[in-house]
Amino acid sequence: MTALVLRAVGKIYGGRRALHDVSARFEPGRVAAVLGPNGAGKTTMLGILSTLVSPSSGSVLWGDEPLIRGSALRARIGYVGHDPGLYGDLTARENLKFFCALHGADASAARVDRLLARVGLPDVPSDKPVRTFSRGMMQRVALARALAHDPALLLFDEPSAALDPAGAAWLQTELAAERTAGRTVLLVTHDLEATAAIADQVLILRRGRVVLDETRVGGFAPAALRSAYREATGG
Amino acid sequence: MADPTAASGFLRQALRVAGKDLRIEWHSREVLATMTFLAVVIVLIFSFAFVVEGARPPAPVVSGILWVAVVVSGTVALSRAFDREREGEAIRSLLLSPAPRGAIYLGKVAATAALMLMTEAVLGALCVLLFATRTDALLARVALLLILGTIGFAAVGCIFSAALLRARGRDALLATLLYPIIVPIVIAGARGTAQLLDMAAPDMEGAAFWTQFLFALDILFVTAGLWAFEPVVGGD
Repeated sequence: MTALVLRAVGKIYGGRRALHDVSARFEPGRVAAVLGPNGAGKTTMLGILSTLVSPSSGSVLWGDEPLIRGSALRARIGYVGHDPGLYGDLTARENLKFFCALHGADASAARVDRLLARVGLPDVPSDKPVRTFSRGMMQRVALARALAHDPALLLFDEPSAALDPAGAAWLQTELAAERTAGRTVLLVTHDLEATAAIADQVLILRRGRVVLDETRVGGFAPAALRSAYREATGG
Repeated sequence: MADPTAASGFLRQALRVAGKDLRIEWHSREVLATMTFLAVVIVLIFSFAFVVEGARPPAPVVSGILWVAVVVSGTVALSRAFDREREGEAIRSLLLSPAPRGAIYLGKVAATAALMLMTEAVLGALCVLLFATRTDALLARVALLLILGTIGFAAVGCIFSAALLRARGRDALLATLLYPIIVPIVIAGARGTAQLLDMAAPDMEGAAFWTQFLFALDILFVTAGLWAFEPVVGGD
C-alpha cells in the first residue's frame, strides 16, 4: 500500500476559492483527521480525494498514479458520509448485495452476512428496509457498504454526526480496526475529543489553507489538540 | 474493435442498476400505483367527455387520450427516478462505484421505461374496453409505437431528472423543461397510433413512417443521454 499525496491542490467554485494550494501526505496504516471550522474546505478536500470533485489546480497522487475522475484507483476507495449512502427502501442485505455486485466483489449471501457481522449486525432483520433502522444501525450498514470491495483508502465525512455515545465509541473501535488492517483512513470531523483518541495525524484547514499538519504516532493529548486547534483557527 | 467482455460488463452493470430500481419499486409499490391511478383517471375523464351515447370516438381522439395519459404518468416515474438516489445520498455511493456512468444512465432509463410499459399495458386494455378500438394484429404495431415512444421519453427524461436532482421545485421544472423536448415523440406516437386505430382504413404506410421516425429519435436521444449523463451528474 502506498501513500496518498496532495500537491498544491486548489479548488475554485464560481470565483470563490474553497482550497488554496493544499499539500499533504497521508500514509497507509494511519488515521488522519482533517479539522477546521465550517467553510474551511474539509468536505471539498474529501470530494477531491473521492474523485467526485475535480481540483482546479494541483494534483493528487496515490503511489505513482494520479487520482482523478475516471481513474481505476476509484474502485479502491470507500466512502462513509454523514448520510448513509444507502437505499432506504431496500433491506441491509439487498443494499450490500447490490453494492458488492456493482464493485465486482463477491455478492454471495455468505459474504454479505460476513460484512454485516464485521460491523456488528449479524442478526439484522432481513425483511426490514434500512429506513426503519436507527441512525447508529444505518451507519454500521454504511460502513459495511464502504468495506464491500475491500478498499485501500477509507474516507469518512463526519461519520459520528448524530450518533449516540455508544455509536461514537463503536465508530472509534472501527477506525482503529481499519488502521490495523493497513488502510489509509481519512476522517473529516469537528469532534476534537474523538480525534485526540484515534488520530495519528491532524491536518487543520482554515479558509482553504493548511494551517497545521502534524503527525504523532502515539496520538494527541486532548488539551494540547484543543489548544493547537484554537491557535490555528483563531477560534 | 469493441471488446465484447467490456460490453457485456457494461450491460450487466446497467441491468444491476435497473434491477435495483425495480426491486425498490417492488418493495414500495409507490410509483407504479400512482402512475396507474393517474393514467386510469385521465382516460376515464376523457371517456366521459368523448364517448357520447356509446358512439366510438374517432381514432385521433383515442390516440390523443392514450398519449396524454402516457406522458403524464411517465412524468411521475421520472420525478421519482432520481429522488431515490438523492435520499440518503445513495447517488454518491453509486457514482463512487466503478460502474460506468453510461451504464448507470441506461439502467435508470430501463427501469423507468419498464414502469411506464407496465402502466401502458393497463392503459391499452382500458382504451380497448372504453373506446372499442381494434383488437386485431394491428395492436402489436400500436404496442411497438408505445415501446419506442416510451424509450425516447425515458431517455430524455432521465437526463432532466438527473440534472434537477438537487434543484428546488424540481417537479414543476421537470415538466417545464421536458415537455417541449418530447413534442416530436408525442406527435410521432399520436399520429402513428391514430393511423393504426382507424377502423375503416388504417394507414399502414403512414404508421410505418412514424415508427421509423420514433426509432431514429430513440437512437438520437439515447446517444445524447449517454454523452450528457457524465457532465450532468458529475458537475462539481
